[in-house]
Amino acid sequence: MTEKILPSELAEHRPYLLKFAVLQVGRKEIAEDLVQEVLLAALKGVDGFSGRSSVRTWLTAILLNKVADHRRLAAREVSIEAQEQALGTDSVEAMFQANGRYASMPQEWRSPEESLTDKRFFDALEACLRRLSELGKQVFLLRELMGLSIEEICKELGVTTTNCHVLLHRGRMRLRSCLEDGWFAGRRDR
Amino acid sequence: MLSCKDVSTLLSDRLDRKLSLRERISLRIHLAMCTGCSRVERQLEFLREALSGLVKPPDRD
Repeated sequence: MTEKILPSELAEHRPYLLKFAVLQVGRKEIAEDLVQEVLLAALKGVDGFSGRSSVRTWLTAILLNKVADHRRLAAREVSIEAQEQALGTDSVEAMFQANGRYASMPQEWRSPEESLTDKRFFDALEACLRRLSELGKQVFLLRELMGLSIEEICKELGVTTTNCHVLLHRGRMRLRSCLEDGWFAGRRDR
Repeated sequence: MLSCKDVSTLLSDRLDRKLSLRERISLRIHLAMCTGCSRVERQLEFLREALSGLVKPPDRD
């Protein structure tokens, strides 16, 4: 059974897809092209929507394919470990001393809730997200933006459960540290 | 005894899977004594909240 989806319904998902795509490929022009392709593909009903998943899940799956195609074309496919190494695999290791204590004490974040109403905070968050490895970013966004389960993410990206947990841990710790330095540190004295 | 590094792994895992009873107990003991890890606990939860605010759900009206 293929269900009919209205163009207006697809358009509603555009901002979300665009955000997802920009965070994935880094450049807005490319992201816009990819999202355009996704919406066109969706309108044509290729990869037919079965109605079993939500429209957003379905669109995200198409987008992931487009992103993968784009990467292949751009010949930017780099192995997971190479990516992590380029970023410094040990950037999480470096947060801790040999005895497992924090190298620098995590600070108290001043009224974090207030930040959620500040557009500049979200700019800082996006800048921090862009600094994650490609795969780390993909796993993290599927988990936190899409709300997929670990099982679903493993299946979608072909990574093991263990790797998935490791990537999420690294991603969260890097984001935590990046936001602390890039956003909350500047607010402490105000 | 868990180190802060072990605790950071559990704090992240907790957002994705159910911890075992043993993990939950050792985590709670460590958090009761450690200011740094308690901060990280709150911050990781905040991070999840912030991410959900990154993309507002489409307006249904």
